[in-house]
Amino acid sequence: MTLAKRIVPALDIKNGQVVKGVQFENLRSVGDPVTVAKAYEQAGADELVLLDITATLEERDTMMTIVNAISSVVFIPLTVGGGIRSTQDMTRLIKAGADKIFVNSAAVKQPELITKGAAIFGSQAIVGAIDVKWEPKSKFYQVYVAGGTQPTGLNAISWAKEMVALGAGELLVTSMDADGTKNGYDIDLYQQLTEVVSVPIIASGGAGKIEDFTALLTQTTVDAALAASVFHLGEIALPQLKQTLKQEGVAIRI
Amino acid sequence: MTIIIIDYGAGNIANVMKAIASTGLSAKLSHDSSEILAADGVVLPGVGAYGAAMSALKERHLIGPLQAYAKSGKPLLGVCLGMQLLFERSTEFGETAGLGIIPGDVVTLPQQQGYKVPQMGWNQNQVRQLNPITSTLNDTYTYFVHSFYVQTAPKYIAATVDYGQIEIPSVVVNDSGNVIGAQFHPEKSGKDGLLVWQSFKEMVDDK
Repeated sequence: MTLAKRIVPALDIKNGQVVKGVQFENLRSVGDPVTVAKAYEQAGADELVLLDITATLEERDTMMTIVNAISSVVFIPLTVGGGIRSTQDMTRLIKAGADKIFVNSAAVKQPELITKGAAIFGSQAIVGAIDVKWEPKSKFYQVYVAGGTQPTGLNAISWAKEMVALGAGELLVTSMDADGTKNGYDIDLYQQLTEVVSVPIIASGGAGKIEDFTALLTQTTVDAALAASVFHLGEIALPQLKQTLKQEGVAIRI
Repeated sequence: MTIIIIDYGAGNIANVMKAIASTGLSAKLSHDSSEILAADGVVLPGVGAYGAAMSALKERHLIGPLQAYAKSGKPLLGVCLGMQLLFERSTEFGETAGLGIIPGDVVTLPQQQGYKVPQMGWNQNQVRQLNPITSTLNDTYTYFVHSFYVQTAPKYIAATVDYGQIEIPSVVVNDSGNVIGAQFHPEKSGKDGLLVWQSFKEMVDDK
């Protein structure tokens, strides 16, 4: 045996609530991030990603309170990001209880933020997040920022290598083409990425059914599969997903 | 019953405190040597660089008290870097002397094809020796983040995880059994991690 592949639910948090809420078995929608995080931990989540999708300063203080509350009752790694622009932002979240911080748009504008963060907290605490879209005309994976609204001209495969060279200890890569389709992860993207970087990769975007996780984790060497809506809507239950993956021969923590 | 968490600026103290609190243990942060020597249980946390951690312990005059406490027979639990500090030396950036409580060295995890460094994630423990901490650990997954590992004699190894060709000691123990170290993060290992704190509480209760 070796390291288990990680199954990572992601929570988008706005105004202190999980966006759209999470559907529990009794079909009640729950928006409280602490309740949701605890439920995912108990269901077998290996890590949680928390994305702050608000931007104002007061709301960021709300995020600190949430991270502190979650880390007081949930004892699995917490990867937190959204609107990180400085090492002070990182320090506040880590003090609140985050284990890893992911940086997206700000790293494109100021790449040294990755290096500074890694120098203070270690590379293992700094995750480079990349939103990627395939450009069929020019035939390359382009990096987008600002929540996937702005193209940067950067080639995602090169930018991934660059982020690792700058000090990122892990990458969280979202395929914008696959995201929301529920048609499966972008296997080709992750095969290309794992050939050029040696840090762990969290794949994100496209999960719709259990077979999508199996395909990702057997056809690529990514370390983790992130998903949101299939878990939130109760379409895939974590225990069943993990059992199935284990039966398929994937190293999984049950 | 007093449990002291050694306060020397280690980065993961807040999350260690939260995990301990959740098991109903009350623990106090301290770098006061008389409080440490009088404690019923001591936890040595730690993340980051070996040399910086030993310097921080030295500045706070904690090396002697920790060594004396370990000899007292009372429970001492080292976690992650805190576990590595229990050994004689580390080869991280030249040689740094450790606390020397358990014989052995801390060395770099070598590069192996298909195995990343640091080891970051959940790995499965195989128990080699039953003790209060390993009693609940066989076959369980716990959460690791580290680039260095301990090389020591088998009698000091209570559990291991496989990483490529390397058997990494995940739990270590001293000769008299009162000093135990965990390479993984019990405060980040879900319910199986919380059982480690529960077991430590029982070790302290039994003394």
